[in-house]
Amino acid sequence: MLRIRLHGRGGHGMKTASRVLGRALFLEGYQVQDAPRYGAERRGAPIFAYVRADRKPILERGVIREPDLVVVADDSLVQVPAAGVRLGLDAHAVLLIDSHEAASVWQERLALAGPVFTTDSSAVLGRAAPATDSGTPGTNPETAVGEDPYLASSHAVGAAAALLGAIPRATLEAALRTELSELGRSRTARALAAALAGYDTFQDRAGTVEPRRVWTPGELSPPDWISLPFETADVSAPTIHGGATSVKVRTGLWRTLRPVIDHEACHRCHWMCAFPCPDGAMFVDSEGYPQIDLDHCKGCMICVAQCPFHVIEAIPERAASALGDDSPAPARKPS
Amino acid sequence: MSAQLLTGNNAAAWGARLSDVEYIPAFPITPQTEIIENLAAWVDADELAAKLTTFESEHSMVTAAGAAAATGVRVFTATSSQGLLYAMEMIYTVAGWRVPLVMVNVSRGVSAPITLEPDHCDVLAARDSGFLQLHAATCQEVLDLTLIAFRVAEDARVRLPVIVNQDGFYLSFTREPVRIPDAEAARKFVGPFDPRSLRFHAQQPMSHAVAVLGGSAYSYFRYEAHMAVNNGLAAFQDACSRFGQCFGREYSVCEAYRLDGAEIAFVMLGSFATKAKAVVDELRRAGQRVGLLRPRVLRPFPEELMQRALAGMQAVIVVDQNLSMGKGGVLHTELASALYALPQRPVLLSFVGGLGGRDITEAEFVEMVHEARRTVARGTPPPPRLLYTEGELRELRKLQAIAAVQHEQHPEQERPDGD
Repeated sequence: MLRIRLHGRGGHGMKTASRVLGRALFLEGYQVQDAPRYGAERRGAPIFAYVRADRKPILERGVIREPDLVVVADDSLVQVPAAGVRLGLDAHAVLLIDSHEAASVWQERLALAGPVFTTDSSAVLGRAAPATDSGTPGTNPETAVGEDPYLASSHAVGAAAALLGAIPRATLEAALRTELSELGRSRTARALAAALAGYDTFQDRAGTVEPRRVWTPGELSPPDWISLPFETADVSAPTIHGGATSVKVRTGLWRTLRPVIDHEACHRCHWMCAFPCPDGAMFVDSEGYPQIDLDHCKGCMICVAQCPFHVIEAIPERAASALGDDSPAPARKPS
Repeated sequence: MSAQLLTGNNAAAWGARLSDVEYIPAFPITPQTEIIENLAAWVDADELAAKLTTFESEHSMVTAAGAAAATGVRVFTATSSQGLLYAMEMIYTVAGWRVPLVMVNVSRGVSAPITLEPDHCDVLAARDSGFLQLHAATCQEVLDLTLIAFRVAEDARVRLPVIVNQDGFYLSFTREPVRIPDAEAARKFVGPFDPRSLRFHAQQPMSHAVAVLGGSAYSYFRYEAHMAVNNGLAAFQDACSRFGQCFGREYSVCEAYRLDGAEIAFVMLGSFATKAKAVVDELRRAGQRVGLLRPRVLRPFPEELMQRALAGMQAVIVVDQNLSMGKGGVLHTELASALYALPQRPVLLSFVGGLGGRDITEAEFVEMVHEARRTVARGTPPPPRLLYTEGELRELRKLQAIAAVQHEQHPEQERPDGD
C-alpha cells in the first residue's frame, strides 16, 4: 500500500491535491482512499490530507502515521506543532517540501534520515515559459505563487506524482482536469502548467517512493497505555482559566497575504478598518493610527477591503517576510 | 456499473436520490452538511424531483420530517451530534407516531468539550427512541444501507423511522470507490411508498398528538412499537436478500469476518471495524485464530445472531467507540446481557477507544489480543480500559498548562482514595 500525507493551509488546495493524486492512482487501477482532515475550517489554518492506494480493497483508515511520502506545500508549517508535519518521517519516508532552502538544510534541521526533496515552486513557476502548447497563459514571475497559493500545491502534486513512479504524465493531467473542473479554464490551465513543471523536474526520480514492508504482529512495540488518574473537576473540567490564552497561539503564521498600511497616506479613520477586524488583530495607537498585530493577523484582508482611501495593500506573505519586516507593530511614519 | 470515487456524504446523498425521496427537511451541521448540499444541487438542477426545505433547527426539521411522512410521502433527512441531540424530543415523538422515514446521522462526538470528529455517543443517545439503527463501515455501505433502510422503514411489519449511521471524517469526508446502482434498478428495489393508513390531509383530518393517561394504553402503544422494532430484523434480512439479487452485493445483519475457527473475536461498530479487519488479516497470516463480528443493525439488537456467532469463542474483545458515563461501553453491556444466556460463555473484555475520533493503532489491536490470551489463561477479565497512552497524557498536560490549569490541590480537597 502507498501512503501519502499532504500538509498545507486552508486555501492552498491540499484537499484538492489529495484528490488529484487519489484520482490519478484510481485511474491507474488502484483502490484508493483520499480524505482531508481539519479542525474549524479557516483560511490559512494548518490542514492535512492523505491518500492511500493499493491493489486490493483498503481496510486501513484515518491518520497516516507511517507515510511513504509527506508533501509540504508551505515550509512555514514545519514549526507549527498542530500541523504534525514531522510525524512518521523516518528513514523510509520521503519528504517533499516547497521551500527556498536546500533539501540538506531540512534534513539537518529536522534530523531526517530519509530522502528529502524541495520544490521551490515560486522560483520554478516564475521561470515558466509565457505560453505552452497546452495553451497555458504566461505566469508573472513576481506574483505567480503569492497570488495563487494553490499553484504551490499544484506544483507539489506534480512532483509527488513523479516521485511515486505510478502515475504517467497524461494520467496526472486527466486527474487534475477532473478534480479542478469547477475552477474554470484559465485557473485549471495554470494549475496544470505548475503540476507538469513539478512532474518534469522529478521525472528522473520516478519510483523513489516505495511502499513499506507489511508489518508483522511480533515486531510492533506494545502501546504505552496508562490508567488515567482521577483528578477533581478543578483540573479535569475542560476550562481555560483566563481569557487571554489564545494570544499564545501565533495565528499570524496562518497568513498567506499580509496587509500593509501606508501610514503616510492614512487618514486615521480607524473605526473604518480596525474595528471590523474579526480577530481583534488591529489596534489604534496613541496618535490615532491603525496598527496591525502581525502575530495574530490571519490575513483575511477585510481591512484592505474596508479602507475607504485604499491605502492598505495586500502583499504576499513570502515577499513581506523576505523584507524582514516581521515586527508585531511596525514602526509608523507620522506625516 | 464501474466504481466511482465518492465520500460517505456523497454516498448518502446518492442513496436518498436513488430512493426517489419526495421531501427533504434540512439543517446544516459539520460533518453532515455536504449531504444536503449535494441534494440541494440536484433539486436545483431538476435532477431530483423532491422538495427541500431548510429549517431554523433540527427540532423543527425532525418535526417536519415526521409530519411529512404522516401525509404519505417518502422523507429523507440528515444530521449529526449536537443536531441529533437538539432534535431528541422529536426523535422519540415521530417514532411514536409510527411514521417511516430515513435519517442519516454522521457520527460526531458530543459536547462538552466540543469536537468535530466521530464517536457513537450521539447516535447511541437515540438508541431507545424507536428509530431503528443501521451502522455503515464503508462508503459503499452508506449508499446501500440507505436504500435498504427505506424498505425496512416502510415494511408493514415495522413502519418506523430508521437511522443510517456513518462516521464523520472516516467516512463522511473520505473518498473511496463506490458503485452507484442503476437508477431504474434502484427504483425497482426500493419500490413505491405504500403509505397504507398514513394519509394525513386537510380534507381528512387525523391526530397524531394523542394523550393517554393511566399507563395502560400507553404501555400498549409503546410495547407495540418495541415489537415493531424487533420485526426490523426480519425486514432487514428480507431487504438484504432482495438487494443481493438486484445488485449482487450481499449484506447480513452481522458481518462475520474470518470467524471460522476463531478463538478470539473483536466486536465493533462502524468504520473503525475495517481497521480491526486489517489487523485480523495480519494476525491470521501469523497463524493466530482471530476474527471479527460487526453488527450492521444495532436496533433491533441482533441478540441471537450474536450469541450464535460468538458461542465457542475463548474470548470476545468489545471495542466501544462510545462511553455511557457511570457504566462504560454500551456495546459491551449489551453483549454481556446477550451472552449471559450461553451455558459456556467466552470471557468478555471491554475497551473504550476512538472517542472524538481518537485513532486506534495496529499495535493497540494486537495488544488487545495479547490481553485476551492472558485473560483466558487467568480466567478473569481485566477492568475495562480506555485506550489512552502516556504520550497522550503528556500532550494533554501541555494543553492544560496553556489553559492555566492549577494542579496543586487545596489540602481539604485531597482525597486519600482519589489517585
